[in-house]
Amino acid sequence: MADTAEITKGLAEIVEEVAGIDTAEVTVEKSFVDDLDIDSLSMVEIAVQAEDKFGVKIPDEQLAELKTVGDAVSYIEKNQ
Amino acid sequence: MTDVVVTGYGATTPLGGDAATTWENLLAGKSGVREITAEWVEKRGLPVKIASQLAVDPTEVLPRVQARRMDRAEQVAVIAAREAWAHAGLAVEKGEEPKVDPVRVAVVVGTGIGGVTTLLDQDDLLETEGLRKVSPLVVPMLMPNGPAALISLEIGAQGGVHSPASACATGAEAMAWAYRLLKAGEVDVVLAGGAEACIAPITVAGFVQARTLSQRNDAPELASRPFDTGRDGFVLGEGAGILILERSEFAEARGATVHGRLAGIGLTSDAYHITGPDPEGTGQARAMLAAVRTAGLEPSDVGHVNCHATSTVVGDVGEARAIKKALGDHPVLTAPKGALGHLVGGAGAVEGLITLLSVRDGIIPATLNLEEQDPGVELEVVAGEPRKMELTAAVNNSFGFGGHNASLLFTK
Repeated sequence: MADTAEITKGLAEIVEEVAGIDTAEVTVEKSFVDDLDIDSLSMVEIAVQAEDKFGVKIPDEQLAELKTVGDAVSYIEKNQ
Repeated sequence: MTDVVVTGYGATTPLGGDAATTWENLLAGKSGVREITAEWVEKRGLPVKIASQLAVDPTEVLPRVQARRMDRAEQVAVIAAREAWAHAGLAVEKGEEPKVDPVRVAVVVGTGIGGVTTLLDQDDLLETEGLRKVSPLVVPMLMPNGPAALISLEIGAQGGVHSPASACATGAEAMAWAYRLLKAGEVDVVLAGGAEACIAPITVAGFVQARTLSQRNDAPELASRPFDTGRDGFVLGEGAGILILERSEFAEARGATVHGRLAGIGLTSDAYHITGPDPEGTGQARAMLAAVRTAGLEPSDVGHVNCHATSTVVGDVGEARAIKKALGDHPVLTAPKGALGHLVGGAGAVEGLITLLSVRDGIIPATLNLEEQDPGVELEVVAGEPRKMELTAAVNNSFGFGGHNASLLFTK
């Protein structure tokens, strides 16, 4: 089981891979859309990679609720 | 009266990663044809093992994330457009005022085949890994309007995005539609051209089955030989070319450098056969004459024709006959596909650019590999060395599967 720090780091790597945003920018308070300028298509790719990396399921209706990096990290931590 | 002027250009081709390098290597007699190193050639047992592949890999030019969201045909389109836009002096830094009102800028860029490599790769993924691994970007990557749409995003063009599709005539047809938009005064600036990147097992197999490709695998650089008696088909290529076309009044007002004029256009169709050209060449001749007529010139003004001539047995001779019929026996010909291979939807754009540069610089590149001219070609073809020649007007031909004939006429 990954801890909060490991999940944040792993998620940042995925965001960097998919959207080209420096891992240092991907911090818990950031909004995917408003702060990191990630579009809905990239969010789908990020979710698929996060599912594989952390062994979680992120249904579409749940994905829509994950507004910030912190939202995603706590969802993954609870559901892994 | 509004003229259509060329104020910038860009290209990425098998001869170079930009327009200047392409032109330089074409004049130097270099070939872009090489062995295909991808493993699918052997795996699928294809008899054609050569292609005219890009000199510079587009993924080395574009930022990684931008590249991964695009099909290769879209990548080359954006690279050529970016070069052309900067060359025309229209590029601005982020946050700066645009130099032309975005609603007065259109894009007319097509592709002959579209995102076929994306289609194949993603279908493989669906088969082997399942739905979850299919990219949400598949549709925008394979749609034939993708290259044009991505250019509009890159440049911020809001005056309309159009994507003609006429197989190997696409790039030239795009120029013709841009000409019409500008003549009608609908916009001030058009990014016009074509892009292709379809060197893939299914396209090679299809062209092989249509008996159109050269199988001279043992000597790739000698394979594409338009007008030569030893020709045995074309060599599939990839690349893109974009011209910045402007209304002359607009270009003059902003003090743009003018490299030449797209003075006339002709678009016709054969209605004869889905792949084969009409042996009488009447549709081709009508396209050339229409280009001359819309330019307000006479056939005797056309000193040079940059030919479609792909290095197929039937096509090359038919085109030479059509040129003679339409323009007379005075034009001096060249066939850039000897060096470039056949860029399909990108061909007319890159070759239109070459024709423009021939008029501007007074030099016609030689037809690579033309050693023994087919006696059916009763016109002079430049071979061996480039020919220095002052030109009033030159015509560029592009013809496509489907019976499409597109002729462009360039002047100084």
